[in-house]
Amino acid sequence: MNAMSDLSASVPLAYPELLLVGFALAAAIIGAWFKDRAFDALSWLGVAAIVGAGVLAMYGPFAPVEIFQGAMVVDGVAVFAKVLIAFSGAATLALGWDHFAKAGDKRFEYPVLIALSVLGMFVMASAQDLITLYVGVELQSLAGYVLAAWRRDDARSSEAGLKYFVLSAISSGLLLFGSSFVYGFTGSIRFDAIAAAVGEGAGGIGLVFGLVLMLCALGFKMSAAPFHMWTPDVYEGAPTPVTAFFAAAPKVAAIALMTRVLYEPFAEMEGQWRQVVMALAAISMVWGSVAALLQTNLKRLMAYSSVSNIGFALMGVAAGGEVGASSALIYMTLYLPANIGIFALILAMRREGAPAETVADLAGMAKQRPWMAALFTMLLFSIAGIPPFAGFMGKLVVFGAAVDAGLIWLAVLGAVAAVVAAAYYLRLIASIWFAPSAEQLHAPSGTVMLTATAAAALTFPVLVLMLGVVEYWAEAAVRMSF
Amino acid sequence: MEISLFHYLIVAAALFTIGVFGIFVNRKNVIIILMSIELVLLSVNINLVAFSAYLQNLEGQIFAMIVLTVAAAEAAVGLAILVTYFRNRGNIAVEDINQMRG
Repeated sequence: MNAMSDLSASVPLAYPELLLVGFALAAAIIGAWFKDRAFDALSWLGVAAIVGAGVLAMYGPFAPVEIFQGAMVVDGVAVFAKVLIAFSGAATLALGWDHFAKAGDKRFEYPVLIALSVLGMFVMASAQDLITLYVGVELQSLAGYVLAAWRRDDARSSEAGLKYFVLSAISSGLLLFGSSFVYGFTGSIRFDAIAAAVGEGAGGIGLVFGLVLMLCALGFKMSAAPFHMWTPDVYEGAPTPVTAFFAAAPKVAAIALMTRVLYEPFAEMEGQWRQVVMALAAISMVWGSVAALLQTNLKRLMAYSSVSNIGFALMGVAAGGEVGASSALIYMTLYLPANIGIFALILAMRREGAPAETVADLAGMAKQRPWMAALFTMLLFSIAGIPPFAGFMGKLVVFGAAVDAGLIWLAVLGAVAAVVAAAYYLRLIASIWFAPSAEQLHAPSGTVMLTATAAAALTFPVLVLMLGVVEYWAEAAVRMSF
Repeated sequence: MEISLFHYLIVAAALFTIGVFGIFVNRKNVIIILMSIELVLLSVNINLVAFSAYLQNLEGQIFAMIVLTVAAAEAAVGLAILVTYFRNRGNIAVEDINQMRG
């Protein structure tokens, strides 16, 4: 196919990405012209553009179609991941819009940066060669550094930005160093060519070295232990809407990207990567659950919670095969709403005009804001994996995949970690319902309540009833992609 | 002595290691960390270009150009964050970056 006809065939499949690019560039110019007066309009447009990109992504084919001469691919996994990324990105942008508008911190760059970060995640989900992979990861991260340091006048926010930047830059270095070895030992940067070279037995120790470095870097991006050290600090220091954003969409993108890297170019090296992914999963589940027991700050606690939840998703990836990959996607689908809802409620917790974000601040919520307390409890039950909430179904699916693959020890370890994790979620619930009430909690805003209620409704009963549908789509996506 | 691919890889690995150690061992100044990050990215470029020449394949050199571009953007963002950090804290010593821990 010549270059022009490839381009005209590729553009319609890249509409989701092009919509985000168009929004980000137009918003940057509009913002430069109208300054921060444009914040509300641009945030509205940003939510619309991201949702629009998600809807456009739904029209993508499940059977793989390479676009831009094999630089990107549209397939089931990409479509599935993009829809999840778009809806969680739009929800967290709406939360941020509400929060910053009320706080009087209306800087128009916020929707632009979120859109660019979401664009980076879309590129990650569609990456079909090492350059696209790297550019996607960097686009997502570069916008993320700025978002973490969003509150310029706050020492903790700039510290969070700086830490995120330095540690993320190291992981980008690892990713590139690994990529260079993969390129050198297989002779190509394209995933299909790498897969062919691996199938012919290319590489040897150099290729394994490159693969392990790439896995470590991707583990860092999804904050899998032992590469999670940035997560608690960044989550605590970054403004809460930004933390909510970091805790949702980038994880899906990273899981989708890791699945693609392992199942497409390195499918033949399953024996080598499986051990690494199993180790990442085991350490993340255990360490995420144990370390969270000691936390008093809710955002730090949720950081460790996200580490352990990524461990569960990685258990699905480690199980391998179609069942494993689709169980990881199902797990992320069922985990995200609870996570976004909890961050929405943390965002809404304010006492005497100041954000209240410690476990002790939950005290008395049941008396003062019963509806908020009920939602918080439902979401915590879901994320703790207590039946019949969606989080339980997610854990069931990944445990099933792990047991089917013969990783019984990993499933048992996961069950133990889930019990330990339930201890700290129950501590929060006890604080909400039984601790004596402190000063009055401010009334949460409509956007927050809407988000949290929608999230709670998704965790129970919507996603539980639709579990079959989610499973069907995730399995079809994986089966047709790899 | 003929300079082979292996020699280039050794140089790149040495630079990479120096860069990573520069980030973790350095306790003084964040600017040194930024320099170490550049060193890491440039060592990757040596790797890519060496492989590209060895394989007689242009993809590695294209990759290297893209790494250079992204590295420039990354340095710009990093320095901007460092400026806001300095305005808040009044110094950029690595051992003082400890408001949050645990």
